[in-house]
Amino acid sequence: MALRVHVDPDRCQGHNRCYSIAPDLFELDDLGMSSEIGSGLVPTALVAAARRAEANCPEHAIRLVTELVTEP
Amino acid sequence: MTDRHPPVSDWASDFDHTDPAWIADPYPIWDDLRRRCPVAHSPRYGGTWLPVTHELVSEVAYDHDRFTSRSVVVTERRPGPDDPPAPIGVAPPITSDPPFHAIVRRMLIPAFAPKPIAALEPFTRELCRELLAATDGRSVFDAATEYAQHIPVRVIIRFLGFPQSDADLFRYFIRRVMEDVDQTPEEREEVLGALDEYMDAQIDDHRAHPRDDLTTFLCEAEIGGEKLSQSHIRGTMVLLMIAGIDTSWSAIGASLWHLARHAEDRRWLAAEPGLMDTALEEFLRAYAPVTMARLVAKDCDFHGHQLKEGDWLLLPFPAANRDPRAFPDADRVLLDRAENRHAAFGLGRHRCLGSNLARMELRVALEEWLARYPDFELADPAAVAWSGGQIRGPRQLPIRIRP
Repeated sequence: MALRVHVDPDRCQGHNRCYSIAPDLFELDDLGMSSEIGSGLVPTALVAAARRAEANCPEHAIRLVTELVTEP
Repeated sequence: MTDRHPPVSDWASDFDHTDPAWIADPYPIWDDLRRRCPVAHSPRYGGTWLPVTHELVSEVAYDHDRFTSRSVVVTERRPGPDDPPAPIGVAPPITSDPPFHAIVRRMLIPAFAPKPIAALEPFTRELCRELLAATDGRSVFDAATEYAQHIPVRVIIRFLGFPQSDADLFRYFIRRVMEDVDQTPEEREEVLGALDEYMDAQIDDHRAHPRDDLTTFLCEAEIGGEKLSQSHIRGTMVLLMIAGIDTSWSAIGASLWHLARHAEDRRWLAAEPGLMDTALEEFLRAYAPVTMARLVAKDCDFHGHQLKEGDWLLLPFPAANRDPRAFPDADRVLLDRAENRHAAFGLGRHRCLGSNLARMELRVALEEWLARYPDFELADPAAVAWSGGQIRGPRQLPIRIRP
């Protein structure tokens, strides 16, 4: 199982809540809009931070998706 | 209270956000309206609407077709034909509608990003320490007028590059523009005229002597290859001044007011600095200072209410933040609240441009206060006075420092 975060760019208004909670999972562009870093894969150590980021976005812009990952 | 603003008899049909009962404690009023309406109407200010649930406040904040931001402070003076038109408004971008709004906002956003704001933190921290040092040896002083108020005033003055010695003049303008909303239209014109004159002098000085600050940035900024007009620059500076000062002042004061009255929270926060992240957001939720406003852009139906073009609509983010359907235990302040999607900085495209700045000021103000004064209480609860109008915070807050 793997957890991914995704920021919906149409909903994000640049509150920067996710970035302040989990700067290792989110990055800001020049306009302060957030997006997930890379593929949004959440390392085990950051699962709690990812959930906090999702639970504190005023615009409901963050989605957490649990994926089944098959080992290569 | 004036003849034009007699005491409110029924909040559902005659509310007034300058009524002493609203100013003292608006939360029971909103609770009552949430159960009864939840959209109240008042004939005052020429016709004003008030939705009080999180759901309805969100709906209006996201709707730029039915509601315009052309004026965002409910007064007796509505924008007339001589005022700047809807896409721009008097204080862009807060008074701007799409699509012009996005263009102006985009220009300003980089100045308020986490990095440039972090650069202001050492100045802010030093300022807080100086203000606290000035209270040395006194057991009672006013945390609103001797501490909280000075922090955003002097940070914004520095940001704009105005003389620090104009701090008192700044405070005068803010009070007249934001709090004295029951002025006659003529009185209001006069205040706004004096403010414009002050801003023009600052802009001229910056044009003659460019320097590294936001005023010079605005003087040199271009949209579509053209420099901004004088009225646009002035409007944006007025916006930063009035949006960036009363608001942070209120948030800092209200947080200290809470801590003065709750010994357990005070001790918890002083003992666990790591709690500040969630505590800050909880103070912002529970004591959100800012109620915005819109003008109805066209006649429309809003949940069974017939809104008329030109009606005011108050957008009470503080009421949305106390809606029990959006926040469990909405009226309890929980410093470790883990899920907190509060709307203190608004929702949608007009999200407060200065939210990073406001959070930095609030955090530093509380950290420095608690480091120096971990134990304190209200010196005289009856002497605490709250501001009227759309920005709510303590304007008198006598505090007793406990040894």
